Amino acid sequence: MSNDPRRIGPHDLGGLLLAEGEKPIDRDEHDFAYWERLVDGLIYVLGAKGYPADTAAFRRAIESLKPEDYTNLSYYERWAASAATWCTELELVTQAELDAKMAEIKARQTAGDAS
Amino acid sequence: MPHDHDDLTPPGVPHKHPFQEDHPEPQTYHQLLGVALHEVLIEKGVYTMDEMRARMERIEGVSSETHGARIVARAWLDDDFKAKLIDNAFAAIKLADMDPGYAEITVLENTPSTHNVVVCTLCSCYPRSLLGRPPAWYKSKSYRARVVREPREVLAEFGTPIPDNQDVTVHDSTAELRYIVLPMRPAGTEGWSEDQLATLVSRDSMIGVARASDPE
Repeated sequence: MSNDPRRIGPHDLGGLLLAEGEKPIDRDEHDFAYWERLVDGLIYVLGAKGYPADTAAFRRAIESLKPEDYTNLSYYERWAASAATWCTELELVTQAELDAKMAEIKARQTAGDAS
Repeated sequence: MPHDHDDLTPPGVPHKHPFQEDHPEPQTYHQLLGVALHEVLIEKGVYTMDEMRARMERIEGVSSETHGARIVARAWLDDDFKAKLIDNAFAAIKLADMDPGYAEITVLENTPSTHNVVVCTLCSCYPRSLLGRPPAWYKSKSYRARVVREPREVLAEFGTPIPDNQDVTVHDSTAELRYIVLPMRPAGTEGWSEDQLATLVSRDSMIGVARASDPE
């Protein structure tokens, strides 16, 4: 079934026999990390401003993730990847700005501070 | 950059700048990407931190108890409201002074002959305006894959066995159309108020993996 030609992409899970085997659904409740709340929020804040113009653009960016990324990334990592894609396409940000900011955040996390 | 941190690190000992004190740091490429995107969008003035905080407060202020359960309890008590809800949920939710969100909503009424259950096989579409953010299991691969293939087994796993003489209908949500289940009103609740009835309506009963609770 995982090779079913009718599947439209890695996100198309309905009815699938999962490669990792059948297992009970993990019903544990979970909390959200702050970065997850930010990613969740930015989608809606941008949505309220008309970015992207419709939910199809958001969906397209998620559904065009590489199958291994779709499988391995966590839920809000997929959202982050999608949002970065269409925010770049809409020229709200550039990849260079994102790369520089990521380096800055990592430096902020690890920088020793002798003050 | 001036340092006015008031922390317990002894002078001269290097310390890290946490992303947010006492919370998990973003670690992976995509976690950092999400945070970087947020910070660049703020720096470029696309939105403000106040707008972000307002959005977080709004979604975190929505819960199944204060929103979805009220709608269900009202529908149990008021046939006219229930008819409006089933005819045009978006308008009826507005009528109840709640924000229906941006996507179309369809209310699925459970009956003795049909039990309804909701999934989003492609992702996680969910009636957030009535139930808040979806639970992890709703977004999980196993729920999305299995509930359309073996709904009775999945429902039994949730502690909701469905009798053979009751049909199970699975509804697959989309970005533009969300569903919420109107569970059956439990017996023994005659004369109950809306407040009392709402306490019997769980989030899971409005997704369709549970029934409304029986009165104790």
